[in-house]
Amino acid sequence: MASHYEAPIRRPLVTGEKSYHDVTVDVARPVEGKANRAWWIVFSIALVAFLWGIGCIIYTVSTGIGVWGLNKTVNWAWDITNFVWWVGIGHAGTLISAVLLLFRQKWRMAINRSAEAMTIFAVFQAGLFPIIHMGRPWLAYWVLPIPNQFGSLWVNFNSPLLWDVFAISTYLSVSLVFWWTGLLPDFAMLRDRAVRPFQKKIYALVSFGWSGRAKDWQRFEEVSLVLAGLATPLVLSVHTIVSFDFATSIVPGWHTTIFPPYFVAGAIFSGFAMVNTLLIIMRKVCNLEDYITVQHIELMNIVIMLTGSIVGVAYITELFIAWYSGVEYEQFAFLNRATGPYWWAYWCMMSFNVFSPQFMWSKKLRTSIMFSFFISIVVNIGMWFERFVIIVTSLHRDYLPSSWTMFSPTFVDIGIFIGTIGFFFVLFLLYARTFPVIAQAEIKTILKSSGERYKRIRENGETLSGTGADSRTSNFKIPEQTTASKPLQDTTEKLGNLLEGVGRFDASLQTADDLKVINGIGPKMEEVLNNIGIFTYAQVSKMTKREYDLLDEITGSFPGRAERDDWSGQAKNLINN
Amino acid sequence: MEASKVIHAIYTDDDVLMSAVKTVKAERYHIEEIYTPFPVHGLDKAMGLAPTRLAITAFLYGAVGLAVATVMMNYIMIQDWPQDIGGKPSFSFLENMPAFVPIMFELTVFFSAHLMVITFYMRSKIWPFKKAENPDPRTTDDHFLMEIAVHNNEESLTNLLKDTGAVEINIVNKDEDAH
Repeated sequence: MASHYEAPIRRPLVTGEKSYHDVTVDVARPVEGKANRAWWIVFSIALVAFLWGIGCIIYTVSTGIGVWGLNKTVNWAWDITNFVWWVGIGHAGTLISAVLLLFRQKWRMAINRSAEAMTIFAVFQAGLFPIIHMGRPWLAYWVLPIPNQFGSLWVNFNSPLLWDVFAISTYLSVSLVFWWTGLLPDFAMLRDRAVRPFQKKIYALVSFGWSGRAKDWQRFEEVSLVLAGLATPLVLSVHTIVSFDFATSIVPGWHTTIFPPYFVAGAIFSGFAMVNTLLIIMRKVCNLEDYITVQHIELMNIVIMLTGSIVGVAYITELFIAWYSGVEYEQFAFLNRATGPYWWAYWCMMSFNVFSPQFMWSKKLRTSIMFSFFISIVVNIGMWFERFVIIVTSLHRDYLPSSWTMFSPTFVDIGIFIGTIGFFFVLFLLYARTFPVIAQAEIKTILKSSGERYKRIRENGETLSGTGADSRTSNFKIPEQTTASKPLQDTTEKLGNLLEGVGRFDASLQTADDLKVINGIGPKMEEVLNNIGIFTYAQVSKMTKREYDLLDEITGSFPGRAERDDWSGQAKNLINN
Repeated sequence: MEASKVIHAIYTDDDVLMSAVKTVKAERYHIEEIYTPFPVHGLDKAMGLAPTRLAITAFLYGAVGLAVATVMMNYIMIQDWPQDIGGKPSFSFLENMPAFVPIMFELTVFFSAHLMVITFYMRSKIWPFKKAENPDPRTTDDHFLMEIAVHNNEESLTNLLKDTGAVEINIVNKDEDAH
């Protein structure tokens, strides 16, 4: 079919024999299942870190900023370092969903949902710092131009810190609606699958009654495209404005015109590194290896390599301009970075950011998951140091030698940073259990052009028309299945395979459960199951897709019923309650 | 007159649906609605839906945002309290305009994005607590549903739809859920 033409050189983006229904099932599985032990352990650690961070924030606000390691000279350090770091991380999400959409990159579809979630959660963390680093955070509302009783006393629109307020709040709110609008069809899918009434109610509420009409989809796609067109300049402007905090100052080492693009490149660099970190874990934990493939990781690594090189060029440009400028303050600022008391931070930044992405030129390394994970962590550390170096080394030694000083953080500085990391992971872990982590509606649009199964069909010269049907969800018979009559003899073999999968029932040790409690099993079906040798919830709970298929083949009645009703999930609930 | 009876033809493949839409249109039947689990590209064209004007509204909203930003900052910084803050010239809007650009830009994007999304929600009638209206829950999974009004032509329509590859054809009375 011409409508799904794809150049043969392209590798499939969805591996495995996936049909539309498989996509649904795979995306819904983490949401419909129960959290495992690993999830609870990681969640508890994140929650403890978060609570510790809250404690540190309360301590700071109630006691005073003096509990931090700041001093009269270095009056921005960890607070703004963390702020810029988190904002930077938040940039990859919008980049993936917006810029890659404008460039029609199909590989973005498996990762955009999580990247946007990451954006939102990272911007939450970033948004904390402008508030808590204030001396009087309870007066934070004064930054807004609200008519008031002080003769209407306004704000000053010349300050980049005020631009920050507008930039960050616009960025957060626009990213949020972009993300949520994209979620509507996926929430609707969960709503229509939900078995438990509470779940159904929640997903009905958050899906806003999405019905998937042709007109809705037409508008949906237009809105996504326009939002992508708006979010792209937004993402560039937001980090530009953040960089203005420094670039518009008169501090040597800060006052440069290269900061806006250089900060944005750094943001994409660190953001992609964070996406890589999270997705490498997520594909494993949520069994999404067929959607987030090595190819996705490789492509992200290439973006990391590219933006890492841009950052490297920026570093060299800064050094060249400092030497070329003939301004001794500027020259000293860079000499101080390389050889001063914070040389270790500077060289950490240099080696982590400039050298580590260069490994990605090697195909062997960039397609290695372990190595990508390692580099993605290194890059995030390096980018934290970049912000730290820019902020602290420029402040601690500038115009007047009499005000030169040093900076060292206190446990409260560190505690708040750890708290934001904890908060980020609390949100991300909750997200991974309750949200469809892959934009399934979008994956379905590329399945026929980029799915492995369809690629094979296309290459065999067969038509793709009709191949979207799935025997589990419809009584529609695909012609080849009806013509090939199944021999009856292999039923015993299938029965053996089925019982091997779910375990055999031993009447002398176990008692039979009332299977009729499971929604979808009536008296007749219970009899059929008992005849096969399935008597207990434990056996039913062990059923997977393989067993469901075997069961369908053996019984021949209600094909796909067991899977649609999620018998195994229901049985697990019955065992647990 | 609203049709009291509609026919629901269910398909399991987007390509089959597309050719069915073309056949049904060629036979001059009016397709009331099509519910799909994902955007089927070209479906709106095949159905003959008018293009959406949401992008135009976004442009207009952006212009409103730019105007709001300009008027607000001109009033506050130049008209109301024309103070000297760090030597910045506050004699006219143009003189100090570079400092206003970031916020002019942000508010343009803010108004454009949010008002367009709200317009989309209102036009498509989606909001929290709105009840879903897809007639079959499978249409958010992997089924495609075409709804056609019946006017005493049940049989011919059913036969036509069967020929187009529909896997299920249901005649539904719409009276019960008419508000």
